[in-house]
Amino acid sequence: MTAALIRTLLALVALLLSVVAGVAIGETSIEPGVVLQVLANKLWNAGYVLDPIDEGIVWNYRLTRALVAGACGAGLATCGVILQSLLRNPLADPYLLGISAGASTGAVLVALLGIGAGAISMSVGAFAGAVAAFAVVVLLGRASGVPGSTGQIILAGIAGSQLFNALTAFLITKSASSEQARGIMFWLLGNLSGVRWPSVWLAVPAAMAGLAVCLWHRRALDAFTFGTDSAASLGIAVRRVQFLLISCAALVTAVMVSIVGSIGFVGLVIPHAARLLLGTGHTRLLPASALGGAVFLIAADVLSRTLIKGQVIPVGVITALVGAPVFALILIGRRNAR
Amino acid sequence: MNAAMPVIDQPVLSCSGLGLQIRDVELLDEIHLDIRHGETLGLIGPNGSGKSTLLKLLAGVRMPSRGSIHLDGQCLKAQSRRTIARTLALVEQQADTLDAISVFDAVALGRTPWLSALSSWSAEDTEIVHQALRNVDAAHLTTRTWRSLSGGERQRVHIARSLAQCPRILLLDEPTNHLDIQHQIGILNLVHALPVTTVIALHDLNQALTCDRLAVLERGRLVALGKPLEVLTPHRLLQTFGVHAHYLVDPFDGAKILRFRSW
Repeated sequence: MTAALIRTLLALVALLLSVVAGVAIGETSIEPGVVLQVLANKLWNAGYVLDPIDEGIVWNYRLTRALVAGACGAGLATCGVILQSLLRNPLADPYLLGISAGASTGAVLVALLGIGAGAISMSVGAFAGAVAAFAVVVLLGRASGVPGSTGQIILAGIAGSQLFNALTAFLITKSASSEQARGIMFWLLGNLSGVRWPSVWLAVPAAMAGLAVCLWHRRALDAFTFGTDSAASLGIAVRRVQFLLISCAALVTAVMVSIVGSIGFVGLVIPHAARLLLGTGHTRLLPASALGGAVFLIAADVLSRTLIKGQVIPVGVITALVGAPVFALILIGRRNAR
Repeated sequence: MNAAMPVIDQPVLSCSGLGLQIRDVELLDEIHLDIRHGETLGLIGPNGSGKSTLLKLLAGVRMPSRGSIHLDGQCLKAQSRRTIARTLALVEQQADTLDAISVFDAVALGRTPWLSALSSWSAEDTEIVHQALRNVDAAHLTTRTWRSLSGGERQRVHIARSLAQCPRILLLDEPTNHLDIQHQIGILNLVHALPVTTVIALHDLNQALTCDRLAVLERGRLVALGKPLEVLTPHRLLQTFGVHAHYLVDPFDGAKILRFRSW
């Protein structure tokens, strides 16, 4: 019990450190001490005398950005764990299964047709799109495969991604002005520039709620190790758990996509890395993946802001550039370890 | 039901009018079966006769198209999956995983129905897992990874997982497949020695002779049910399995054994 407590504390410290680093590093770097002083001022009225510009940058720009990046990374990695465990497929992740593509289509539809306004309605559009895309993928997988088999769903996911990406592109070329189009394309590749406090209040609770629901079902997720029939014979209400957790994954993905666009590789790479380090038990795998995802995406965001001076690279480009080789190394390392 | 009737006579697991149809294919039809407390019931039949399907229906893992199943006198549908899993464990054929899971963790999954989201793993759970591994002669495999096991070792670990569920009823789908002769006999002896009710699908008819009762399936229908020597008549073997057979008496212990011919 105490060992678990120490691990939890270490995880929280690591998370705090990466947020502070994410805030401190940037085009104008800010001392970590100043970052902590700003936090103390804002949270506890500590009354340190600071440059108001620094304070503004830290509180309104960099901190919101780091928090949303962390929440997105944690949420997407958690979704990856759920999908890989429930679908019994190591390639399952929100991006590959078309959930991100569907969420993008939904969000773009809302943004272009101007139904409602603000982040909430984009999230609703993204969620509707995510659910629609996942429904299409599942139905296609069912129609083309043997009941209970999971290999087909990846192929169906690829088809679904293509379809929804094409729909998004069609919507953009048909309805968007060239300026809108550029903005949307940039957002689609993953963009943390626009995030302010309202986004934080959406992303952080979504990630935490998603993680909490999954942790509650950690034993059920473990029970899927030998497939759905085996899970059922271990006392798991298979349909209910699948429905609940996959809806949860679709919802979390939709919230993240509506805020930052679709970011690939986090949901795929982070859970595999965590499994290699900690094994397959979800009691440790879920928090470790969430932490890893958070730290990874905060670091990716820092890189995206600092790699080219005066220019921000879409964070999705960074995750793919870093993620793909890391993933290759993991695969090779795993083969050698066997 | 009569109140004076002794509880022991009530079947622990029973099904009536059980049928399963997938599209146009009739996998099982009109199965009536009463499984008695403490007995070992053997399920035999040629490939594709519906043995595995029947076990999955009895375990509640698959839903039947027709008919009903009763566990301890209560309709199976009305019970939660968790309640069922505390009473009844199923060992499937060839359940596999790509996960790098250890043997201990694979057997520990058997404790799932006894643990809630808030309860934590206890020393008693650990002891149950170790005992289950000892029962199937796999204690030396505890720290190995699943992937490094042979087919027979995997089969024993699956059985250990079902034992870790501490069930009163054990449903085994051809548990002696993949096992060497020593472990085939070991598993069958274990099954007979355990104080649980067992339904066991078997291919080896001489092994089936050691069961208390046998149920013979043929193309999804129950064609015979009763004591092994009464059920496995040369006539039945020719009709259901398409082989000629006669009994020999083992001079060692006087047991009857079957010998088969194709003509």
